Amino acid sequence: MALAKRTTDPALAALELPQGGAWASEARQAARARLAEMGLPGRRDEYWRYTDPTTLISTDPTPAKVGEADDIFAGTNALRLVFVDGVFDADASDGLDESGVEILQLADVTAKDIHWVKEFYGVLEAAGQVPVARPLAALNTATATQGAVIRATGKVSRPVHLIYLRRDETAEAVMHHVVRIEPGADLTLLESGAGAARLSTVMEVDVAEGAAFHHVRLQGRDHERRAATHCFARVAADARFKSFTLTLNGAMTRNETVLTLKGDGGVAHVAGAVVGDGDDFHQDDTVFVTHDAVGCESRQVFKKVLRNGATGVFQGKILVKPGAQKTDGYQISQSLLLDDDSRFLAKPELEIYADDVACSHGSTSGAIDDTALFYLRSRGVPERTATMLLTLAFLAESLAEIDDPALAEELRDRLEGWLARHH
Amino acid sequence: MLEIKGLKVKLEEEDKQILKGVDLTVETGKVHAIMGPNGSGKSTLSYVLSGRDGYEVTGGTATMDGVDLLALEPEERAAAGLFLAFQYPVEIPGVGNMTFLRTAVNAQRKARGEAELSAGDFLKVVRERAKALKIDADMLKRPVNVGFSGGEKKRNEILQMAMLEPRMCILDETDSGLDVDAMKLVADGVNALRAEGRSFLVITHYQRLLDHITPDVVHIMADGRIIRTGGPDLALEVEKNGYADILAETA
Repeated sequence: MALAKRTTDPALAALELPQGGAWASEARQAARARLAEMGLPGRRDEYWRYTDPTTLISTDPTPAKVGEADDIFAGTNALRLVFVDGVFDADASDGLDESGVEILQLADVTAKDIHWVKEFYGVLEAAGQVPVARPLAALNTATATQGAVIRATGKVSRPVHLIYLRRDETAEAVMHHVVRIEPGADLTLLESGAGAARLSTVMEVDVAEGAAFHHVRLQGRDHERRAATHCFARVAADARFKSFTLTLNGAMTRNETVLTLKGDGGVAHVAGAVVGDGDDFHQDDTVFVTHDAVGCESRQVFKKVLRNGATGVFQGKILVKPGAQKTDGYQISQSLLLDDDSRFLAKPELEIYADDVACSHGSTSGAIDDTALFYLRSRGVPERTATMLLTLAFLAESLAEIDDPALAEELRDRLEGWLARHH
Repeated sequence: MLEIKGLKVKLEEEDKQILKGVDLTVETGKVHAIMGPNGSGKSTLSYVLSGRDGYEVTGGTATMDGVDLLALEPEERAAAGLFLAFQYPVEIPGVGNMTFLRTAVNAQRKARGEAELSAGDFLKVVRERAKALKIDADMLKRPVNVGFSGGEKKRNEILQMAMLEPRMCILDETDSGLDVDAMKLVADGVNALRAEGRSFLVITHYQRLLDHITPDVVHIMADGRIIRTGGPDLALEVEKNGYADILAETA
C-alpha cells in the first residue's frame, strides 16, 4: 500500500528513527520534521508532474531481478568502497587509509555524540528544500544508517569509487554520503552499480574555497531497479564542481541535483547522458542551480536517447539571485527519439534577479538526421554503424563534461556496447 | 561501367515525374559530363543512382558492371565502387572527419572481404592524400564539414573520393560556390584520380569546370531526358549560345 500524502503528517511525524548519538538523533529528528511538513511527493506536485513517485514511496519496493555485477572503472586505480544491498562490506572494500583523504562510515560517525560531520549532514539537504521541496531526500536523511563520510584535505592521488552491488531481489537501500573538500583539495568520486531493488541515495558535497570535486557515475545493468538520488552541493569561491552521470537501464530513475554557487568565481557543471529502451524505462533529471555570488559559471548538459516507448524527463532551473552579477549560466537538454513511441518531457526554467548576466537555455527533441544518415551510408557505412555514429555524436557534448579522458573513453565504450545491443 | 536504360523516376511524396526515360552509358575509364538547365533532373539522377530516399523508380534500369544498382542499399552501392560527391556536403557535428573517413574506408574494405587498414597505415595514406588537396591536420580533426568553407567542403569530398578509390565517380555540381582557385584545386584533385579503370560522370550547369576536367563525352539533359550527346565541343557551344538553341532544336 502506498503511503498517502499530506494528510498523513502524523504518520510521518511518528516515523521510527534509527538509534544514534546526540548529533545524529538531532539531525534525524529535524529531517523527520521537515518531511512531515512537506508530505511525500504526489503527482499534483509541480516537480512530480512528469514522474510518478508511486513506486518510489510504496511501503515495500517492487522486487527487481538482480543483474550481472558491473565491472565499470575496474581498470582505474581507485580506492574501492563496496556496499552490498546498501550495507558497507569492509571485506570486499579496500583499506581506507589513503593520503590526503579521511574516509569514515556513516554508521560509526552517527554513533558518536559529537562529530564534525554534523556541520554538513542534513544541512545542505535542508538548505536545498527551498524553494522546491524534496521530501525523498529528507526521508533519506531521517532514516539512513549507511554511507560514506569523506573529507579530502589535499590532492587525492586516486579516485574514491563507491560500488553498489546487489544480492537480494527485494532489498531496499538507503545511503547517505557526506563529502567535504577542504580548501585547495581535489577529489574524484566514482559511483557505479544498481545498489538495490530500490535505492535512495543522498550525497551532500561541500566544496571549499579553491577546491575541486569531480563526480562520475554510471547507473547501468539492472533493468528493473528503481532509484531516487539526490546530490546537494555548495560551491565556495574559486571552487570547481563537476558531475556526470550515464544512465543505461533501470525501470525508474530520478536524479536530483541541487547546486548553490556560494562564493565568487565558482564553477559548477552537471551533465548526463541517458540511453533508454522500452516502455518500462523512465528516467528523470531534475536540476536546480542557484547563483548566489559574483562571476560564477554553471553548465547543465543533458542528452537522452530514447527508443521503444522509453520516457525521459528533464526539469532544470537556473536561479540568479540579486547581486549575482557576471553570472554565466548555460543549460541544454536534448533528446534523440529513435521512434514515435518514445517521449521526452522537458521543463527548462530561468529566474534572474541580476542585470549583468549571460544565461542561455535550450531544449530540443528530434529524430536521427536523414540527410546525415544518407551521407554516411553513401560512403559505405552500414545503416546500423551510421546510426550508432550519429547517436554517439549526439551524446558527445555531455560526455565532453568528463575531465578524465580515460574515464570518458570507458563510458563511451560502454555506450557503444549498449547501442550495439539495442538496435 | 555504368549503364542507364529508360530510367523513369518520380518523387515519392508527390505526383511529379522528374526523369522521363534517361538513357546513358559511361564506358570504363571515360569522363562523361552532363550539362543542362536548372530543374532538368541532373541532381535527381545522381541521387537515384546513389540510393537516396524520396524517389520512386517507375521504369527502366541502372546497372554497374551488370549489377542492378537500384536493388542495392546506399552502402552496398558504395562498396560496389560508386561514389557521389555531393553538391551540398553534409555537416555532421560530433563526428570527427578522421573517424568518419576511417569508418567509411574500413566498412567498404570489410564489405569487399578485404582486411581493415590499421590506424597507422590509414593515417599515413590520409595525410599524404590530404596534403595534395591542401587539407591540413586541423580539418581532419574537426567534425565532418562543420565550419568548413564552401571550398573546404568540396575539397573534403574529393579527399573522401581519393581515400575510397571508387570505380564510378559522380560529381554533382562540384563547381558550385567555388572561386577560380578553389575550382582549380578541386579539378586537379579529380584529374589526379583519372585512371584506366575509373569512370566519371560530371554534372554541371556551367562549362567552366570542363575547362579543367576535360570530358570525353558531353550530354545535354533537359526535362528529364538526355536530349543531345556530343564531344567536348558541345560544352563550348552551350557556353557560347546558352541552352536556348539546343532546347529549341529538340522541342
